[in-house]
Amino acid sequence: MAIKKDKVDVVMVGLGWTGAIMGMELTEAGLNVLALERGDMRDTNTDTPYPKAVDELKYSVRGALFQDLSRETVTIRYGVADTAVPYRQHGSFLLGDGVGGAGFHWNGMMYRNLPEELNMRTHHEQKYGKKFIPEDMTIQDHGVTYEELEPFYDFSEKLMAVSGKAGNLKGKIVAGGNPLEGARTDEFPTKPLQYQYSASLVEKAMRDVGYHPYPAPAANASEPYTNPYGVRLGPCNYCGFCENYGCYMYSKASPQTTILPVLLKRKNFEVRTKAQVIKVNLDASGKRATGVTYIDAQGREVEQPADLVLLTAFQTHNVRLLLLSGIGKPYDPVTGEGVVGKNFAYQYNGGINVVMPKGTQFNPFIGTGAGGVGMDDLNADQFDHGPLGFIGGASIRHVRYGGRPIKQTGTMPGEKVPNWGSEWKGSVQDAYQRTLTIGMSGSVMAYRDCYLSLDPTYKDANGQPLLRMTLNWKENEGKMLTYIAGEMEKVGQAMNPEKVVKAVRKTGSSWDTRVYQSTHLTGGAIMGTTPKNSVINKYLQSWDVPNVFVYGASAFPQNMGYNPTGLVTALAYHSAKAIREQYLKNPGPLVQA
Amino acid sequence: MSQEKEPRRRFLRQVLAIVPATTLGGTTAVAVSNIASADAPEPGKARAYQPTYFNAAEWAFINAAVDHLIPSDQYGAGALETGVPEFIDRQMETPYGAGKLWYMQGPFHTDLVPELGYQLSLVPRDIYRQGIAACNDWCTKNLGKVFADLDKAKQLDVLKQMEGGKIAFDALPAKTFFSFMLGNTKEGYFADPMYGGNQKMGGWKMVGFPGARADYLDWVDQYNVKYPYGPVSILGEKG
Repeated sequence: MAIKKDKVDVVMVGLGWTGAIMGMELTEAGLNVLALERGDMRDTNTDTPYPKAVDELKYSVRGALFQDLSRETVTIRYGVADTAVPYRQHGSFLLGDGVGGAGFHWNGMMYRNLPEELNMRTHHEQKYGKKFIPEDMTIQDHGVTYEELEPFYDFSEKLMAVSGKAGNLKGKIVAGGNPLEGARTDEFPTKPLQYQYSASLVEKAMRDVGYHPYPAPAANASEPYTNPYGVRLGPCNYCGFCENYGCYMYSKASPQTTILPVLLKRKNFEVRTKAQVIKVNLDASGKRATGVTYIDAQGREVEQPADLVLLTAFQTHNVRLLLLSGIGKPYDPVTGEGVVGKNFAYQYNGGINVVMPKGTQFNPFIGTGAGGVGMDDLNADQFDHGPLGFIGGASIRHVRYGGRPIKQTGTMPGEKVPNWGSEWKGSVQDAYQRTLTIGMSGSVMAYRDCYLSLDPTYKDANGQPLLRMTLNWKENEGKMLTYIAGEMEKVGQAMNPEKVVKAVRKTGSSWDTRVYQSTHLTGGAIMGTTPKNSVINKYLQSWDVPNVFVYGASAFPQNMGYNPTGLVTALAYHSAKAIREQYLKNPGPLVQA
Repeated sequence: MSQEKEPRRRFLRQVLAIVPATTLGGTTAVAVSNIASADAPEPGKARAYQPTYFNAAEWAFINAAVDHLIPSDQYGAGALETGVPEFIDRQMETPYGAGKLWYMQGPFHTDLVPELGYQLSLVPRDIYRQGIAACNDWCTKNLGKVFADLDKAKQLDVLKQMEGGKIAFDALPAKTFFSFMLGNTKEGYFADPMYGGNQKMGGWKMVGFPGARADYLDWVDQYNVKYPYGPVSILGEKG
């Protein structure tokens, strides 16, 4: 028989970015908040101090901070008629685990959306006509505008001590920043990180070609900073161990370096680790959640009653839990009916490799997670798509992450070199100091046959069905990146290099799940304007069960070229404000269906 | 000899661990780096090591194979002198070696496109044991000797045929075995020396990586100027 715990006001599933933010906001409102985290407690001083932290084999290769796939993974297939197989080893995306979640081992790329990305369908229909959007492309508006989210983007940047330079302050274009961004109410909290040599060359070339380069916003503090919660961050030292690692310098924003030092001390906050939630419990009507059931460290089932249930886990887990709990109607790709699992999307990336003359010294090991030079001229709808016949674009940036030898040493781009032996060694040695990559992080639209569901065969360590991904690349994205790579090749050429080599997959090739692409998986519990087209409303509240809220990138109706964390945290703060100011006074739907 | 050195190494490790990150300059690592390796081998050779997982025949195979994968040459140290075989043997004794980092529930669909990822039921320990046995069988049948006893040119040819999938084994695809061995060889060559490979930081020196220094604030604005310091390891050895 299940153990039953005392009721709390709020129970949260997962203690990563959104859990930490909601924990902070709702304890401040006086509620008792409990976070159930399936992984371990993690912190900088205990888990990732120098020099233990700078261990490439342990963190990047064996994935010490990643989800334990032996217990739970996902399955993947390309088409609705295929049999899905398990994602047995980490490759294409790197799922997080433990307190802080993927927010502990991310890079710190912290972007706001371009305003047109939040009303994708309306914007494109108005500008290019209704027929411009293909029939099987199920993109839609978020139901919330850039202007509504601006104060929350602003607060998120301050929370994370984001380094950068404003380009549009209250509608006025200011020099040094991104002139294409949406209007901001305030400057970035810390100044931009310094450009390494390679970034300085890319910046000049982008400008020479006529684009608008700007210092990439980075949740890697460039100077000492105290955030609005009173937590202090230190300046980044360009150590080159950011993504896949905990930041021993307390420079990269994570729940640990920005929120938890305050939140964990609050008397009305509790975290239970090694607590894997298996179900959101509903009352007999099916319209009200009564709490959750989890499995504790000893393998016991525990029932945790609560008035409010917040799904603050990663995108995949939120969707899976909705499906396991029977909240909302599962999506059916054949009929197009149902919403849970709908509009699963990803990103479509490529790069421009530039090889500079022999003797060039980039010192590639001098790296940061997110600092560098970016441009938005080819992102979203910042260029005329009319004659091009595709939708979407890419955020483009050159970031030097580090020159870590196991994963970040390649042979000379564009040359057919053996993968081993003396020729391999010579090529790696030659390429290491004089190559750079300009990355293109491409948007992926939503499609009728790309979705999430429960796998009929494979189970996790608790015997529950794994989440099944059905996804493959589409022609639209292939056209998009081919076009953008062609344009970016000109930037590479403007650097007077020895050569420029495009690294863009062939249109028509399938998703390669073995190679890291990005952890920016989106959709499946999408937001929108009506229960017919979405799982949650603009405040991330379930249409079907109004005392359940669903956070994270599972809310995105399609994926953008940018990294998702900025929108994820802004949506969380936007939701928190609505809960505090409206829901708590009058618990019920915040938007009438 | 090693008994004298070990307490000092442990002490330095502890000191490093408690220095606040903000006070760690580039010089800190230099200051603690005059520690000689506890059991210094002859120049050009890895330190002595007795394998735990591999038997004598397997050990001979690994030693012969990795010498081709990363040879010692004009570009720098090779896999043998940097202790890559020791690294691979020690990895077999980790959760990785036992396949415990992977989802290993069946059914196993092995007839799918490679892009859908690893789908075999074999864990690294099996891949080596079965892969080495299969390759030695093949070599004995076709070339009259086990792999390690072949001359260098024949060994090279066998490795190329495995890489290209031109040799078929019953137990597992030759390509899979080869790619694991190559991947682990590169890991051993480039991972921190505390894992047994990359001895004297030979892999890092080959490519020009400063190891665990991880503090470059003073060099970010030194455009196109060679970084002047050699590598240090996590345990404070200086290269």
